[in-house]
This record gives sequence, C-alpha cells and structure tokens, in this order.
Amino acid sequence: MNSLQISKITETKTENKNVKTFMFKYPKKIIPGQFFMIWIPGVDEIPMSVSYIDKDVKGITFRKVGEATNALFDFIKGDKIGIRGPYGNGFKIYGKRILFVGGGTGVAMLAPAVERAENNNISSTIIIGVKNSNELFFEERFKKCGAEIHISTDDGSKGYKGFATDLADELISQEKFTSVLTCGPEIMMKNLLDLCNNISFQASLERYMKCGVGVCSQCCIGEGLRVCVEGPVFDGKTLKNIEDFGVYKRDASGRKIRF
Amino acid sequence: MVDITTKIASIKLRNPTILASGIMDEDAGSMKRIFDCGASAVVTKSIGLKSREGYLNPTFAELEHGILNAMGLPNPGINEFEEEVKKMKDSNVPIIGSIFGSDSDEFIELSKKMQKYGIDAQELNMSCPHAKGYGLEIGSDPALVSEITSRVKESIDKPVFVKLSSNLTDIVEIAKAAEDGNADGIVAINSVKAMKIDLELKMPVLSNKTGGYSGMAIKPIGIRCVYEIAKNVDIPIIGVGGVTTGEDALEYIMAGASAVQIGSGIYYRGVDIFKKICREMECWMENHNYKRLSELIGAAHK
Repeated sequence: MNSLQISKITETKTENKNVKTFMFKYPKKIIPGQFFMIWIPGVDEIPMSVSYIDKDVKGITFRKVGEATNALFDFIKGDKIGIRGPYGNGFKIYGKRILFVGGGTGVAMLAPAVERAENNNISSTIIIGVKNSNELFFEERFKKCGAEIHISTDDGSKGYKGFATDLADELISQEKFTSVLTCGPEIMMKNLLDLCNNISFQASLERYMKCGVGVCSQCCIGEGLRVCVEGPVFDGKTLKNIEDFGVYKRDASGRKIRF
Repeated sequence: MVDITTKIASIKLRNPTILASGIMDEDAGSMKRIFDCGASAVVTKSIGLKSREGYLNPTFAELEHGILNAMGLPNPGINEFEEEVKKMKDSNVPIIGSIFGSDSDEFIELSKKMQKYGIDAQELNMSCPHAKGYGLEIGSDPALVSEITSRVKESIDKPVFVKLSSNLTDIVEIAKAAEDGNADGIVAINSVKAMKIDLELKMPVLSNKTGGYSGMAIKPIGIRCVYEIAKNVDIPIIGVGGVTTGEDALEYIMAGASAVQIGSGIYYRGVDIFKKICREMECWMENHNYKRLSELIGAAHK
C-alpha cells in the first residue's frame, strides 16, 4: 500500500519563467520514469513524474499549464503537499549508447534516467527539444553529468532549428544507438518510434489519471493497458500495437480527444 | 473436475466471477482484458444520458483496510458509449450495461439504448453513495425502486438487475421493492458511504469529502446483506463487496448469491484475480467433495 504522505516543500527552484522544481523529503526507492500522485490541497491531485531522485529527498519539476499547476506554482518553501507513490514502471536503462529525446517539460523526467545511465557508464546523448530558448531548463544539469547535449528550437533561437525528431533522425543516421528513450508530446514520440526500426525504444506516456493504482480505467489505452500500472513507460513493440498512441487520449468523462 | 458454471436469470456464465461496475470498464479494451483474465461477464461503468466529468481529484484514497473513492459517476454519455459496447459485441463477452438516471424516464431511455447497442443484461445503479440526485438517493425509496424497475422491465426484453446499497435502514424492503417491480436479480452491495480525514491538513482527503468504501473491509457487510435478501426474496442475487479470494466468493455463495462481482480485488491481487479466485473455489470444492457450485448456493440458510 502507498499511503498518502503529507510533506513540506524543503526547497524551490525557478528553472525558467514557467517551470519550477520543488524538493521534499520522501525516502522511498524510486526508478527513473516512475511517478507520484501529487495532491495540491483544495485544488486537485495530478500525476507527476519524478525529476530528482536522491536517497531521502525527491523532486518534481513542472510547467504552469492548467489550474492545478498554476496553483502549485505559487507554493513556497514550507508549504504542504500530499504525495502518494511511486507508481508505475520506470525506464529499463541498458545498452552501450542511449539517445534521450525530451520534448518540452518531458525533459524533466528524463533527467534522472540520463544520470542513471551515466552512472552506469552508458554513454548518453540528449536532445532537448523546445519551442524557443526561453523554455530551456536542466542544460547545466545534463552538462554536469557528462551527457552529450543537443538542443533543438522550433524558431532557431538556440541550437538546431526545427523539430527534435528531425534532429534525432540526423543523429541516428550518424551514430549507432542501442536504444532511444523519450518523453514529450505524444505525436513527437510516435514520429520518433517510426524512426527506430532496429533500435530498442521506450516512451513515457501521459494520461488523465484518477486512482493511480490500476482500478479506475481512466488512463487505459489499447487492450486495457493501464498507463498508471503497466506504464507510464512502454516499449516500442507494445506501442506499435496500441491504436490510441499518438492518436487520442480520454478526458475525465472518458470521451476520446484527438491529439 | 468440479463444475463452477452458474446462471443468473437467462444468462449462463462459465464461472461465478463478474467484473463489478466502475472498475476497468470505461472502454472496450479494458473490459476485454478482464474477460481474458477469467471473468465470466463484465458490467460497464455506470452510464447516464449526458457526459459527466465527475469530481475533481482526489477521487481515490488507499486506506489500511480498504479503498475509498468518490469518482462522481464520470462517463462519456450514452450516445458516445455505443462504440464501446459494439466493440465488445464482436468479441462475444457477456456484457451487463450499468445505467444511472434521476427518474424512470431517464432509466428507460438509457436501457432502450443499451439494449439496442447489444448488452446481454441491464444493471440499474440505485446505490452510488456519492452522487447528488442519483444512485442511493433513488435507491432508498421503495416506491421509486419498484416503479423504475417495472417500467424498465416493460421497455426492454433483456434481464434487469437492481444494484442496492447497504446504506439503508432495511435493505430487504428495497430488495422486495425491486422484486415487486419484476427485477430478474439483485446485486448487493455497492460501496459503503465513508470518509477519510488527513490529520496534517485537517481536511477530508476526497474532493467530494465523502465517498464509497470498498475492498476487504466491507465483506462482512455485504455477506449480511446478501444473507438477509436471500431469506426474503426469490430472485437470484449477485454478491459484491470485498471479494478477494475463492473463500470470499464461496462465503457469498453460501449466503445465497448465485454469482459474485469483483472490483477492488484487482487492487489487491491484480487483473488476473478472476482466474485465481476460480482456481481457489475449485480447489476448496474438491477438498470438500462438492461437484457443483449450485450445491452451495444458499448453503448457510438452514
């Protein structure tokens, strides 16, 4: 059982205009790619991937996108949030050379996976894909851990001008990667999967969630695969057989919403 | 080999384990997966006329002896749900359509549509403990239960089951009202009205404050209800509430149920709980020299 734990925010960090990191005490063991259900008291409870994994301290990094994250953005050191988890599976980090592709805030949850790979002496390359350079964060963090960094911006304000997938296509044709690990907009991840014919592939999916423990079926995709239990990280072979992937998600009522 | 097939009204089931409403049943893919995991039939999420988002999170809390939820009857609306039922029909899974309405006209419109889409039986949700104007608010009035049940029965040909709450002074009175309305079966019980307060924040955890308690802790309540209903009505009963093992299922059977529904059990034992429970029931029956499940239905009534 994962009882709800109320924790004080011990540290906050502003990553950019719209992205913040909160740290809190949470001693449970976590695999990169797993997520928490974060309760913002009086507002909402939402799934959030873990962006910092230390022995006793964990962190989340999030962008202001809706009511819940807007409210959370105004929280300060000492404020209390509810945490349950970790839930779901994480990335399987193996091979000789991994290409990480993070789109937008998806970069946040890839960071502990990149650090884990570097610690395990797996050579890591990361593409940080954003709309423009103002949205960048974690660049220093990746430099520090020794990963090779590539930046793509839609408007060319920094690094490669264009989509992260186009940059990935170039890198894949130049170097031999044993696997590709990604988190970002689902259409980006689907396009990336199409590029990975002979390369092992793992992607972390995002769905509206309620229970987080595999009973309510809110986050189910394909033939009853629960993003909160069998996911959020799925391998390429599984994703190829899921009709939802890159096509639609479900809103809180269960209605299909096309991407 | 022991025979654990069973029958509810005209529906023959390969075993007595049915997926309960509200769990893994928002879409056809999930329901198919549960059927493949051994359930003999599935009950859909409760569907209303219009789409509802339900309550804001937290809608769910894991507690020490059970789980608490107040989803708030989220559903895509009956018209949108057609696609999911039709997808199920291609796979031959017995499907029980759960519906909720605020009066008999709504129940009739919903059940006619469900029948058209191809369900095998209808379950009337008269017991959701946390939705204003629906569920338990309907299901605590015997005259209304009887009227809605009989009018739905007149409107469709498929068997009609009525799902009841334990949050009643006298569950037998409501079960009799459903029987008077010509229900083909009683489903008992829904989750039990409950609350969890967080000490640190000094506030209820669920956004709706109150919710429905399910899982292991409520099994004795369900057993008592099924036993009392079985003593007083002649239609078949489907037992629900805390079924986690084969022994739990057999306890409901002995109390008078012809089948059981399983929901929160998935949280405790995973999606293949259906197969596990069937194996455990067979094992118990073999060890106790029973050949057919039917020998045990209502065995506790002496």
